[in-house]
Amino acid sequence: MRTLTDHAVTGLAVLATVLVVAPLVAIFVYLVYKGASSLNLDFFTQIPKPVGESGGGMANAIGGSAMLLGLGSLIGVPIGIGGGIFLAEFGRGTKLANAVRFTADVLNGVPSIVMGIAAYSLVVVPQGHFSAFSGGVALGIMMIPTICRTTEEMLLMVPNAVREAALALGVPNWRSVLAITVKTASPGIITGCMLAFARVAGETAPLIFTAFGNAFWSSNLNQPIAALPLQIYVYAISPYEDWHRLAWAGALVLIVLIVLAVSLVRYVTSRGVLKGAS
Amino acid sequence: MGVGIEVTNLNAWYGTNHTLQEINLKIPANHATALIGPSGCGKSTFVRCINRMHETNPIARVTGTVRIGDLDIYEDAKPVEIRRRVGMVFQRPNPFPTMSIYDNVAAGLKLNGYSNRHELDEIVEKSLKNSALWDEVKDDLRKKSGASLSGGQQQRLCIARALAVDPEVLLMDEPASALDPVSTSKIEDLIFQLKSQYTIVIVTHNMQQAARVAENTGFFLNGRMVEFDSTHKIFTNPSDKRTEDYITGRFG
Amino acid sequence: MVIAQVPEIRIHQSQLLPAPGSPEEKRPAKAVSREISAIRAFLLSRGNSAMADRGFHGLMVLCALSIFGIVALIATELVLRSKMAWGQFGLDFFYKAYLDTYTGQPMYWDPVNGHFSALPFLYGTLVSSFLALLMAVPLAIGIAVFLTEMCPRWLRAPLAFTTELLAAIPSVIYGLWAVFVLVPLLREHVNPWLIKGLGWTGFFGDDNPTGLGFLAAGVILAIMILPIVSSLTREVMLAVPHSQREAVLALGATRWEMIRMGVLRNARIGIVGAVILGLGRALGETMAVTMVIGNSSEIHRSLLANGSTMASVIANQFAEASGDLHLSALMEIGLALFIVTIIVNAFARLLVWMVTRGAPSSTH
Repeated sequence: MRTLTDHAVTGLAVLATVLVVAPLVAIFVYLVYKGASSLNLDFFTQIPKPVGESGGGMANAIGGSAMLLGLGSLIGVPIGIGGGIFLAEFGRGTKLANAVRFTADVLNGVPSIVMGIAAYSLVVVPQGHFSAFSGGVALGIMMIPTICRTTEEMLLMVPNAVREAALALGVPNWRSVLAITVKTASPGIITGCMLAFARVAGETAPLIFTAFGNAFWSSNLNQPIAALPLQIYVYAISPYEDWHRLAWAGALVLIVLIVLAVSLVRYVTSRGVLKGAS
Repeated sequence: MGVGIEVTNLNAWYGTNHTLQEINLKIPANHATALIGPSGCGKSTFVRCINRMHETNPIARVTGTVRIGDLDIYEDAKPVEIRRRVGMVFQRPNPFPTMSIYDNVAAGLKLNGYSNRHELDEIVEKSLKNSALWDEVKDDLRKKSGASLSGGQQQRLCIARALAVDPEVLLMDEPASALDPVSTSKIEDLIFQLKSQYTIVIVTHNMQQAARVAENTGFFLNGRMVEFDSTHKIFTNPSDKRTEDYITGRFG
Repeated sequence: MVIAQVPEIRIHQSQLLPAPGSPEEKRPAKAVSREISAIRAFLLSRGNSAMADRGFHGLMVLCALSIFGIVALIATELVLRSKMAWGQFGLDFFYKAYLDTYTGQPMYWDPVNGHFSALPFLYGTLVSSFLALLMAVPLAIGIAVFLTEMCPRWLRAPLAFTTELLAAIPSVIYGLWAVFVLVPLLREHVNPWLIKGLGWTGFFGDDNPTGLGFLAAGVILAIMILPIVSSLTREVMLAVPHSQREAVLALGATRWEMIRMGVLRNARIGIVGAVILGLGRALGETMAVTMVIGNSSEIHRSLLANGSTMASVIANQFAEASGDLHLSALMEIGLALFIVTIIVNAFARLLVWMVTRGAPSSTH
């Protein structure tokens, strides 16, 4: 009887694993199947055509996403890395550091839709209109906690002996932190930035009321701008067959980018973040 | 050129732990001075007080005076200024893992803003020669990372790094304890060569090592300095019973 | 002064060490001794950079403090902009309906008449999240048990990678897949069967032929929170000391008994933490839910009926809100969501931390 239970549980665990892997496989297969058939050169070079005309692409959404992510990185990367440096190098064991760590976790848990309305009331309302800028702010803020915490973790992995070596040479602390500690941990820190980047690349909710979307090319920070995930959302809930196909193609492009980023991260971390640091 | 060190009434704490008590000591210039004693006796803390590395630990505290040459290091200068004059070699080799051999040696100068490339080349070569590593690494100075060397080579690289800033004092905290016998004897030979140009303070738990390299030896026990005298006297005719017990292996 | 001493010592050294070719050695040594003073002079000329150090320290503190600032700013904005709705409805906003004067039916969310109650969205959030947990938790524990206790070594990395990928898929892509694959599947194959078999309970009404609704939202949410719950469960299970397992095995237990008594029992607080963290995700999940829940502002008992969650109603109505009060009511829902997720996350972190503290971290 006991062995029977044992076998049953093993079976159930395997079943659970299969049930988890199945949707992933299903999603991927379906994405590739649907997306690949709608992907062509036009997708990357054309802007959307009006309903009823076939063809068209999402060039403006891809460009818009790149711009929003670039802007977000400008905000999120420095603040995130700075916060991480504070946690690992200056605040170790202090109450302030614990509070910062907790707040970063809180910020990480804020639902993206709430980030969206917060960015709306912080930027869009004072500006008086939707804009690429407000979308970038929302994405940037969302990148901070991930970058901050991975930076801290990676810096803590740098052996203390390396810090001491630099200090004992009479190197000023700021220089020792930047040129020695941060540089030693840089592969890990870059990994954290890419993880944050991949996470917000697919965010839609914070953009609905900020970047808003745009059917045309735009590179103006003060104008609404298209974004890949936003466009996928709009097309997916539309009633038009053509748009559905574009949504699948967009989703395929987005997921390929994200999988590439995650795999790269995985590769870097498995190679040992701090190769050579004993 | 080295300068002498004069320590008066030095006390140090880690938290509530009084690790150094009332140390008074004169270390002569351009000689090697060994500090021996059982582990935990405060000898490492002592050398870390001489370049103010002790205070990098937030719970650490120091009182007393340390003079290097005519400079009172706790009164007249900031830690970075002291550490540029006092080189340190640690127990475990700690080259900068992301840097090439060349950059490791040049780090102390480069990171302090020295940028004359031609002179840097010369200094790196000279420092590596002085640390007896040049012949082994001259072909891949910029190709290999410091971390790719063997343990003994890494430690000599760390010595070269410390020498490159032309220090007046060289502190060595058990520099050979993590190394094999061959590397250890190379380090000892090196200390022997260097001591004419630098004031060297070497912490060691290995009494033979102290006897081999140092003119003077101090014996530390439980945070106090029990005896300080010429190495010869310490090892042949110590005046304190505790020193004798330690030398003859009765404890520690 | 230096030069004077060097030759003397060289002689002394050569007795100890077979010195390399001495003429070659001497030249750099002399050249160097001139340079030495140059280096010393240079280093002495460098300041103590106390200003730069303080400036850098300050800048890093500023970065850290800006994280507080951002959270504070978010909170203030939400509070300020939801003031109007709060002033109008007070606490009633979260639990009261009003009766429609014509039909006598309870009404909750009525932008036309300017009456707002968040009750249907609280209900929708709870129902969809609860459904998601019901499906995801057993699976997550199952996969965690499989990965930590019985998985062959070669399979471990790919499976861990797969769960990582699941976590990286954007919400909108889950939504897209749900709209075109999951919803039709439920509509054609699952719902009719549920209605026939369990319709009598009242939880599976047959009045919504679209396939959208709470169940669809619950299923997609379950898939979405699986990675976080399973990876955290795995982490707390790995934190259980090996001695615990061995102690149970030594008593002659089978593998399952070992897992149940040696691992799950010791990790249970942490697993609860993982589940609550999953709940935190589910509560705030927006896009996929918005795309499949049907977006109705009513309360239905049937799990196959349309509904809305707090997040989905914001996503759906915010851009075209009909006036300030409507906007303010949506803001208040956002504020409530903000507060709830903070509480839920803090609680969950506390639980996970209680278990993994002291154990070797296993983030990779």
